[in-house]
Amino acid sequence: MSNVYKIKKGLDIPLLGEAEKVVRQAEPSRFYGVKPIDFNYMRPKLLAKEGDRVKAGSPLFFNKLQPDVQFPSPVSGKVTTVNRGERRKILEVVVEADSKMEYEDFGRGEPNDMSREEVTNKLLESGLWAFLRQRPYSISANPKDVPKSIFISGFDTAPLAPDNDVLVKGERENFQRGIDALSKLTDGTIHLNLNADYPPSDVFTGVKGVQHHYFKGPHPAGNVGVQINRIDPINQGDVVWYVYPQDVITIGRLFEKGIYDASKIIALTGSEVEKPLYHRVLRGASIDKLVQDNVKKGDLRYISGNVLTGKQINSEGYVGFFDDQVTVIPEGRYHEFFGWAMPGFNKYSTSRSFFSWLQPNRKFSIDTNLKGGERAFVISGEYEEVCPLDIFPEQLVKAIMIGDIELMEKLGIYEVDEEDFALCEFVCTSKTPVQSIVRKGINMMIEEMT
Amino acid sequence: MRALRRYIDNIKPHFQKGGKFEKLESTFEAFETFLFVPDQVTTQGVHIRDAIDMKRTMSLVVISLIPALLFGMWNVGYQHYLATGQLGEGVGTLQLFWEGFKLVLPIIVVSYVTGLAIEFTFAQIRGEEVNEGFLVSGMLIPLVLPVDVPLWMVAVSTAFAVIIGKEVFGGTGMNILNPALLARAFLFFAYPAYMSGNQVWIHGMMDGQGIIDGYSGATPLGQAAEGNVDQMPQAMDMFLGTIPGSIGETSTVAVLLGALILLYTGVGSWRIMLSTFAGGLVMGLILNAFAVNPFMAIPAWQHLVMGGFAFGAVFMATDPVSAARTRRGKYIYGFLIGLLAILIRVVNPAYPEGVMLAILLMNVFAPLIDHYVIESNINKRLKRAQVQAA
Repeated sequence: MSNVYKIKKGLDIPLLGEAEKVVRQAEPSRFYGVKPIDFNYMRPKLLAKEGDRVKAGSPLFFNKLQPDVQFPSPVSGKVTTVNRGERRKILEVVVEADSKMEYEDFGRGEPNDMSREEVTNKLLESGLWAFLRQRPYSISANPKDVPKSIFISGFDTAPLAPDNDVLVKGERENFQRGIDALSKLTDGTIHLNLNADYPPSDVFTGVKGVQHHYFKGPHPAGNVGVQINRIDPINQGDVVWYVYPQDVITIGRLFEKGIYDASKIIALTGSEVEKPLYHRVLRGASIDKLVQDNVKKGDLRYISGNVLTGKQINSEGYVGFFDDQVTVIPEGRYHEFFGWAMPGFNKYSTSRSFFSWLQPNRKFSIDTNLKGGERAFVISGEYEEVCPLDIFPEQLVKAIMIGDIELMEKLGIYEVDEEDFALCEFVCTSKTPVQSIVRKGINMMIEEMT
Repeated sequence: MRALRRYIDNIKPHFQKGGKFEKLESTFEAFETFLFVPDQVTTQGVHIRDAIDMKRTMSLVVISLIPALLFGMWNVGYQHYLATGQLGEGVGTLQLFWEGFKLVLPIIVVSYVTGLAIEFTFAQIRGEEVNEGFLVSGMLIPLVLPVDVPLWMVAVSTAFAVIIGKEVFGGTGMNILNPALLARAFLFFAYPAYMSGNQVWIHGMMDGQGIIDGYSGATPLGQAAEGNVDQMPQAMDMFLGTIPGSIGETSTVAVLLGALILLYTGVGSWRIMLSTFAGGLVMGLILNAFAVNPFMAIPAWQHLVMGGFAFGAVFMATDPVSAARTRRGKYIYGFLIGLLAILIRVVNPAYPEGVMLAILLMNVFAPLIDHYVIESNINKRLKRAQVQAA
């Protein structure tokens, strides 16, 4: 095992509700949603109206800021609704599935025999280009760029995250074909990063055309941002791309079968799920069938993604474009009498300021209560404890708050994404909304650079 | 609890914008959140939060001050009885404690009432929630004052520290100097007769009533500064704290108990505490090496149990707002505090105790230290980019 990187700073939040490693074929859902809000720096323009009939792979909308990049429907059927939010912002495009699936045909192809241009065109045409994202900024990759390298994290360390080995099981050939396609897009290396704690699936270890790296340590060791920072840090002007393992498989299937086969495996997790398991679904599926009669009673929060970076949905909401996890946790809308003064045997904290430290191996059900009021920065060093990036997180956040572009650049804004700051936000005594500040900073940089 | 909650929800509208008492909104909110953690849930970013908040953090610091406070109360009584020759059979611990309690409690009350009144006012003017920072400052201020300080001086110095030291900079989290130390420094320079010398540390010394003839009320540092190193108390007494001094600073044992709480819960920075003690020890050794007078020859380790060194290192230097905020910065900051504190203490005859000035001085330099630590990270990043471009 070459190249083992040890990550020391970080935190594994001990949550209840990890999914048992059993994959179930989920009962097909009737409705599917594709959400522009899953993408950063996105101004969607609809390509399909309400009432239009679409096939699996037909584009639903494109990004006005990057007009080449389209976003495909995962199923064939009828566009039923376009849900809009404030100022008519498009939140989601909903498709009601046909009983029999029809696919757009993009034509098969053997990536190894294709040119870079052909591979690019096939991905753009099918909409699967949307799986490719770039750093800096974590926005859709620009088809005109040739990235320095491509990063794939083959493991996820987020709270209750699915085991990627389960997600890719049996997909060895498609994964290899996906990698072959990606390797046409860069002149550099494809870095495949795996965990060093237990032997990863042979889908990962057996694949050719990549460089393997191994990481050891707590979350966010599985975040691609941390891996890039360790292996080949981003400097100003650099562009690297990243993509998730299941998305590589979907790209592989495109070349194998010529269609957008949207099936993927997601983990249904969280303390409020009766039976946390893995489910095979189609991308963008409504979670209604998964959570029906499968969650505990009470006021619940449904999250597409993990508790740190996921997005809130409702019990009929749709699985996010990049998410391979749905988490259900209790809401925390209650007043707690002298909550801050109680011994707190049930309260999880990284500090030992609550008596929950008496049970070091315990797992917790943590609700969504903010657990205090927002304050100015007082406590120092908290962010540093959980941020393995070679940057000063608190100082960068402050630079963003004052809008100092030059300082943000100096402090490493190109190397970060809000997910890299999720743990900082979790531990913050002052309850600062760190991730939204970081996103604001990144968007400021994009505006400044274009 | 339900009834109380219902009552609060009922009267709440009066305190909100447009209500009868809207001028008291921040005050109301402070009491409401004191009684009940709000029902606010996460709306963006992370969905779950660590259970810790500012109230918990600050109340833990206050708890860690309790050993020093209780011991200080007892010691006030003990020193008074010692100086008046009343110590003898039949004088119990409780009696001594009660004596001290009666003297110390008013100082605490004045400090809290003055400080909190100002905090609440400013919070309301700014339309913000009341910050919890003063809960700690309000306890620290009495502990670093001599027991016979007039109460109006406590009020004046607290007001000065909170307004000039904190609010003008934007409130808790924005201040440059440690407010509690600033209060002490203000008194020290404005009313030196009440803050220094040999007469102020024991209750009753200043009016001289009933004090044994010729009884010296000097602190060990006072003795040493006058060259009477041979009259200094035993190191063990200084460690336990049965010596004259500011109310809460004398007992190294009590301070260390507090340090244990701070370190175990993770609220206090071990980096700063460790490096401050290390800095003090190093300077003690340096002075030993060049010892030209008896004070310089005091064993280096003894400096750590004398005066307010331990108290300053554990409770004052570690104030996160006024200290260095980067990891490496904390080591440098603490180490320099230790060095300077002992240097001022031994070499500068005008100030028998150097800890206060050393910490305040390093408070001023903390942002500079951080600046250079961060600059090195920035330079590394620039270099990396240049290497690649070349």
